[in-house]
Amino acid sequence: MPDREPKIVGFCCEKHGIDSVDLAARSGRQYDSSIRLVRVPCTGRVDGTHLLKALEEGADAVFVLGCLEKNCYYDTGSIEGRKRVAYVKSMLSEVGIEPERVEMFNASSSMSWKFSEIASNMVKVAARLGPIGSRGGGR
Amino acid sequence: MIIAERKPLGEIAMMVAPHEKVTVIGCRSCVAICLAGGEKEVDTLVSAMKLKSMNEGRTQYFDGFVLERQCEKEWVKEVEDKILAADVVLSMSCSLGAQTIGDLYPEKIVVPGLNTAMFGVPEEQGVWSEKCLGCGDCIIHTTGGICPIARCAKSMLNGPCGGSSNGHCEVNLEIECAWYAIYERLKLQDRLDLMDTVRPPKEWSTSHSGGRRVIVREDAKLTPHQIRGKEASL
Ligand code: SF4
Ligand code: SF4
Repeated sequence: MPDREPKIVGFCCEKHGIDSVDLAARSGRQYDSSIRLVRVPCTGRVDGTHLLKALEEGADAVFVLGCLEKNCYYDTGSIEGRKRVAYVKSMLSEVGIEPERVEMFNASSSMSWKFSEIASNMVKVAARLGPIGSRGGGR
Repeated sequence: MIIAERKPLGEIAMMVAPHEKVTVIGCRSCVAICLAGGEKEVDTLVSAMKLKSMNEGRTQYFDGFVLERQCEKEWVKEVEDKILAADVVLSMSCSLGAQTIGDLYPEKIVVPGLNTAMFGVPEEQGVWSEKCLGCGDCIIHTTGGICPIARCAKSMLNGPCGGSSNGHCEVNLEIECAWYAIYERLKLQDRLDLMDTVRPPKEWSTSHSGGRRVIVREDAKLTPHQIRGKEASL
């Protein structure tokens, strides 16, 4: 097992995404300190390079959190986010890296429980997989 | 424009595997429009390749950037230093860019990151289709502006064949029958008489079948005197 804390980066849209995180905090729900959030105007702004760069710079797992697809503040932003996450997952598989290191999630601002769920899910993934390269050549 | 598609990352990784310093060069023209080799594609490819090396615990250096047009010597020469410093150049342009670099720096190994697929057009976001085969003797004025050479699976000059079915091609029912489209277009233009005009066999020597083609414009070429003058001013 790796001898360091997992590192997880989450790109959150500043509409429902961040609001759901705020509500979780106001409801007294805690999340793991290994998670660093990056605020983006919309998940449609998140590009493949952002996700891959985060991994390259040492994140063990990366996620994108946007509005629910039918309730997206910018209408189709979270659909774009989902497509990009899927593309990055396919690139990771092609180079022999576990695609589950990158995930897309959706929440509405009223879903106070959702962020804790996402956080513990990603912490588990990061802990199981460890840093990239730590298992001697991936799968 | 030229339409290309990124090669599978495993194939790219195999081509660059023997080398340590890899310079990835994209192009801002056609291949950026077809989302194969522009700035973003170069960035994501470089990241994915770095992650692969990290994962395998090997040291390989990747550096990536894009040129305005990789098929023009002037743009390529501007990054000569970076090309010469690389162990291998991974070209993310169409093969014309890759070959321009290779012809300018013959001692360098240049490998293709893209499969150059066709002359085509963007039909809608994320969809590109072939429209011309570069036959060197265009005849689309006789076919309602639709190219039967590129768009008919059999490149028939007088169609449709017996396999045309409900507007689709028998070779692939997902694809429209070019001759059905030509008929519909000519009907719309009230020029159906062209369907009855028999097109004689085409002169194929102007196409690639006649060997590699080179086009020369004497009026545009520089004279030896002009070349000497240009060199002196550099
Ligand atoms: S007829 Fe020849 S030049 Fe004209 S579009 Fe077709 S292939 Fe291209
Ligand atoms: S069905 Fe149409 S497009 Fe297909 S080969 Fe026949 S004429 Fe050409």
